[in-house]
Amino acid sequence: MKIAIASGKGGTGKTTLAVNLALRAAETRNVVLADLDVEEPNSAIFIRGDKTTEQRFFRAVPNWEKEACTLCGKCAEVCQFNAVVKLGETILVLPQLCHSCFACSELCPVNALPMRNTPLGWLRGYQQGRLVFLESKLDVGEEMAAPLIKQTISYMDEKLSRPEFQFRDCPPGTACPVIAATSDADLVLLVTEPTPFGLYDLELAVETMRQLDKSMAVVINRWGIGDGKVLRFCEKEQLPVWAIFPNQRKIAELYSQGELIYPEVQEFREGLDAILARLNELKEASE
Amino acid sequence: MKEIVIISGKGGTGKTSVAAALATIASQTVMADCDVDAADLHLILKPDTRQSEAFFSGVKAVIDPDKCSACGLCEAICRFGAISHQGMHYAVDRLACEGCGYCHHICPVDAISLPEQQVGHSYISHTKLGSQLVHAKLEAGADNSGKLVAKVKKDAKELALKTGMDYVWVDGSPGIGCPVISSLSGADFVLLVTEPTLSGLGDMQRVHQLVEQFKIPAGCLINKADINPEVTDRIKDFIQEKGILLVDEIPYDEDFPHAITLGQSLVEFNPAKWRPRFDRIWQIVCKELT
Repeated sequence: MKIAIASGKGGTGKTTLAVNLALRAAETRNVVLADLDVEEPNSAIFIRGDKTTEQRFFRAVPNWEKEACTLCGKCAEVCQFNAVVKLGETILVLPQLCHSCFACSELCPVNALPMRNTPLGWLRGYQQGRLVFLESKLDVGEEMAAPLIKQTISYMDEKLSRPEFQFRDCPPGTACPVIAATSDADLVLLVTEPTPFGLYDLELAVETMRQLDKSMAVVINRWGIGDGKVLRFCEKEQLPVWAIFPNQRKIAELYSQGELIYPEVQEFREGLDAILARLNELKEASE
Repeated sequence: MKEIVIISGKGGTGKTSVAAALATIASQTVMADCDVDAADLHLILKPDTRQSEAFFSGVKAVIDPDKCSACGLCEAICRFGAISHQGMHYAVDRLACEGCGYCHHICPVDAISLPEQQVGHSYISHTKLGSQLVHAKLEAGADNSGKLVAKVKKDAKELALKTGMDYVWVDGSPGIGCPVISSLSGADFVLLVTEPTLSGLGDMQRVHQLVEQFKIPAGCLINKADINPEVTDRIKDFIQEKGILLVDEIPYDEDFPHAITLGQSLVEFNPAKWRPRFDRIWQIVCKELT
């Protein structure tokens, strides 16, 4: 079962929930946790496992071969992203703008733009007890997060045996990286906080996930700040609220030190167990 | 005219609260909210929209079922898994399609068109403070956020020039990807808002690598500074080593969520406490720009 932990707003506690939930679940089951917030992955801070794998991920971009080129301009004409430009007697490739669609390369009549791999980021795997943890990290300066996220998901599908739960720490926002991280998930857990920023960004996230036709549940963090409007929104939209975690300085301090919350804070542990009970129910119902 | 970008790497460090507080005291300033897929500044600045413009960018493939001969070539070449067999012909998954147009070029019966996409709106507004705000809303799930950021910045700069403003302040998005790269381009100064958590530090270091690539001078504001004094010291060591200006250290303060909840900036919420502080931050940044 694939569970994506997402939120419109950043800093609502996605990573805190993902790491604590995955490690709590791994006490009794086989679990995978993937950090797909590839621009700024942070789950690794909380993981104490041994590194089991490390590999470079690449994406393909066209490489101009001057000798073969007839300067017909077809490549520049077909590229929708202005990543291939014809300047006088030169074909200029701008890798940052390239979406790796292969159109220029495969439509070139003389094969003068073969695709070559360019580094995109790193994938690192760790084992901690019954948890397999994967961290995917985009190289600084790379603009495209979505291809790295998609490759990480393919890696999990192809290389890892199926765990009972696969948790994903997703990027914030509602744009293409979030779509890439959630599109094949069985459930999206939306993490929010009870402030107008949290609520507004939750509304955007719900709108996005509805377009993808996803099942959703909500987790509210930092309860005690803000107001109760988020609960009214969830009720109106018929979104189940699976856990409400209190606003406690202790939680913020543990997080700041890279420590787990649930061994120290009982209310937090109870909330996690409530979420896991719901996930079990769903899993059993689907089997 | 100078452009200042507020970013953090990590979300939830208080970027928008800082931007809203600065907007309250700033004169001669156009604000630009470039966190286009989760823009929140308008929730505080309560803009009265004067101009709204649909934003078109990129294309998506559409297959005409009457023309499609179901040869399957488009599905075979699509690198995004966006085309699949549906009933008697092929169809495009709009959310998976990246609009590369390869299928359009390769279709033997000319059944695939590439209509331009409306991916959001951009707005020019007057805030409740009487200042000007340029902001935007990306359609849910749309790509092209970097291009919408570029549009917001361009509109903000033009507006500043036209109305004789000295500064454009940009509220950026979290991360280090295309919207952040787009918000950094052409900036004169970067204000990094961070927090003393291991994530906050790590994320700021990564986004600062990007700032260094752009060779933009930077300052750092440490929010919630007393949450973890040891990490606060590590942030200070880092910024000293990198020649980043320490702009301020703000202790953990529940005025941040309280003010947001009332739809106010910190300076409106408690002027006696916050106005002098943000006046000072403003002066420090402006001094760096001259």
